[in-house]
Amino acid sequence: MALLEIRNATRRFGRFAALEDVSLTIESGEFFTLLGPSGCGKTTLLRMIAGFEKPDAGQILLDGRDLAGIPPEKRPVHTVFQSYALFPHMTAFDNIAFPLKMGKRPEREIRERVSRALGDVHLLDKADAYPKDLSGGEQQRVALARGLINRPRLLLLDECLAALDAKLRVEMQIELIDLQKELGITFVFVTHAQDEALALSHRIAILNHGRVEQVGEPSSVYGFPKNRFVADFIGHISQVEACVKESTHTHLRLEAQGLEIIAPPLKSAAAGEKGIFAIRPEQVRIGHDELSELRNHFAGTVVSVLYRGDVSEYKVGLEGGASIEALLPNTGRAFCVNDKVCVGWRHDVGMYLHE
Amino acid sequence: MSDRFEKMLLAGVPMIFMLALFAVPSAIMLLASFRYPGEFGGLAPISEGRGLTLETYRFFFSDFIYTEVFIKSIAMAFLTTAFCLLLAYPLALMISRSPKRRRDVLVLLVILPFASNFLIRVYAWMILLGPQSALSKIINVFLGWFGAAHVQLLFSPFAVLIAMVYAHLPFMVLPLYANLVRHDPLLLDAAQDLGADSWQRFWRVTFPLSLPGVYSGSALVFIPALGMFVIPEILGGTRDMLIGNLIKEQFLVARDWPFGSALAIMLTLSVMLIAWIAGRMGARHA
Repeated sequence: MALLEIRNATRRFGRFAALEDVSLTIESGEFFTLLGPSGCGKTTLLRMIAGFEKPDAGQILLDGRDLAGIPPEKRPVHTVFQSYALFPHMTAFDNIAFPLKMGKRPEREIRERVSRALGDVHLLDKADAYPKDLSGGEQQRVALARGLINRPRLLLLDECLAALDAKLRVEMQIELIDLQKELGITFVFVTHAQDEALALSHRIAILNHGRVEQVGEPSSVYGFPKNRFVADFIGHISQVEACVKESTHTHLRLEAQGLEIIAPPLKSAAAGEKGIFAIRPEQVRIGHDELSELRNHFAGTVVSVLYRGDVSEYKVGLEGGASIEALLPNTGRAFCVNDKVCVGWRHDVGMYLHE
Repeated sequence: MSDRFEKMLLAGVPMIFMLALFAVPSAIMLLASFRYPGEFGGLAPISEGRGLTLETYRFFFSDFIYTEVFIKSIAMAFLTTAFCLLLAYPLALMISRSPKRRRDVLVLLVILPFASNFLIRVYAWMILLGPQSALSKIINVFLGWFGAAHVQLLFSPFAVLIAMVYAHLPFMVLPLYANLVRHDPLLLDAAQDLGADSWQRFWRVTFPLSLPGVYSGSALVFIPALGMFVIPEILGGTRDMLIGNLIKEQFLVARDWPFGSALAIMLTLSVMLIAWIAGRMGARHA
C-alpha cells in the first residue's frame, strides 16, 4: 500500500484553480519532490497534506486512511517551513523538544532524544543558543531536527533550502539525502529549483498551473520529458520548430527550418504534423571541421559564448535561422564569437515533442 | 555644522526639557522633604537656623496609618493592573488577528474615549453606579432574592476599582496590541503542525512572545494607577483614601509641604522598587 495517496485533489481560490484534479502516489521511504514555477500549486498541495488547506474535491489518504477532518496537530506529518519558523523565545534544544513536549513525553526521554537529534545535525554545542544567534545553515538544521524528532510518517519540506547561499545549499543537499536515507522517513520536498529536484529526489512530480505535467525519476523527467513545458522547465534545452516528414519505428525524419534532422522514433508522431525538435546542450558537439561521422551535422556561426569555468555554453546560429545551444567542457579547444563551426549530434539523441 | 553638534542639538532640546521639568522639580521636592514646615504652611525659612531634618520621615514611619495607605494603594494599583490585563489581552488579541482595515478602526475605538474629558467620564460613573442607576437596582433586586443586605455601589472601593480599570484599559490594550500584531502567524502554523492544540499554541507561543507587551502595558497602568487621586476622590468613600489623595491633602488642605514632599518621594521610591522587582522577575523568565 502506498504511504500517501492524493486522489483527484482540487482547490480553487475564486476563479483561480490552485490545484486541478491532482492525483499522486507516494511510497514509503521515498524522497519525493514537487517541482514547478511559483504559483503552480505545489505549496497549496503541501499545505493540504499538512492539513492547513482543505481540498474542494478529492481525497488525501495516509496509510489508506482518509485525512479529511483531521486537524494539522493530529496528523503524523510535520513541516519544515521555508523561513524555518523557529520559535524565537526558545533555545535550539527547546525548539527541537517542542513536538515531544506537545506529545507529553516524559522529561528524561525528551532530554535523551533531543540530545541525540542535536548530535545528528551536528549542533550539540548550540543546544542553548537562541535562533537569532544561529547562522542560516544552523537554523535550517534545527528546523529539520524539530521536524524529524517525533518520527513523522511524512516530512514536508517547503523550499527550505532557498534561503541558503550556494555553497551551503550543496552541503545541506548532501546532508538531507544522508539524513533521509538513515532515518527512512518519507520526504515530500517542494522546490522551484530544478537542479535541486534532480539532485535530491527519488521521484519528481512537475506541476504547472495546478496540474501534474509529469511524474518520474530524475533521469526520466530530464531525459524523456513528456511535453514542451517539462522539457523547458527542467534543464536547458534547444528548441526548433519542426515538421514530421517520415515516422517509422526506427527513427523520425524531421524538417526544421530548412534542416533535415533524424530523431529517435515516437509512435504518436504522424507524418505531416508540426511540433518541436528539442535537444539538450550537452548532447551537441561543435567542431571546426565537418562532423561527418554524425548523422545530424550542420554548418553554423557561433553567436554567443558563456564561459562558466569548467564548461562553456555556446549558442550557434544555423543556416536557415535555427539556433542550437551546446555545452562543452573547457579542455583546451575553445570557440569564439563569429567562428564558422560545424555542429552535430547523434541520430538517437534529441526528441520530437508535440506542439 | 558638525554631525556631532547636530546630534547634540537634537537630543539637547528634549534633554533640557526633561531636566527643567522633571529632574529639577524632583530635586526641589527631595530637598523640601527634609525641611521644617512653615508656621502658616509651606516651608520654614532656612535663615531661622532650622536646617534640614529627618523628622518628617520619622513621622511617616511612626504612625502605621500612612504605611497602610501605601499598602492599600499598591493593592488597588495591582488589582487595577490585573483586571486591565485580563480584559485587555483577549481584546488586543482579537484586534491583532482582525483583517488589516478593521484593525485600524478597532484601535481607533480603543482610544476614542480620550476624545472626551477625563473628569466628565469619571463623573459619568457616578451616575452609572449611583443608587438610582439600573445597575444598582438590578444588583440589589438580585441580592434581595437571596436575602442579602442592600449594597451601595458608589463611594466604595468597588466603584474606585471599576473606574480605575475603565480609565487605564487603553494603556494596557495599546502596548499589547502593538506587540501581538507583530507576531509571525507562521509560528502558530508551525506549532500546530508540530502537534500543539489551540491551548498549547497560546501558552507556548503567543503568550511568552507577548511578555514584553504585558510588561510595558502593566507598567503603563500600574504607575499612574498608584498615584491616581481623582477617581478615589470622586467615586471612593471617605475611607478609600489612596496615596494620591493623601499627598494632595498635605499640599492643599493641611499645607504641610515637607510631609507632602516626603510622601511623594516615598511614592517614587515604591514605584522604582516595584519596577526593579518586576524587572528582576522578567529577566528570569525571558
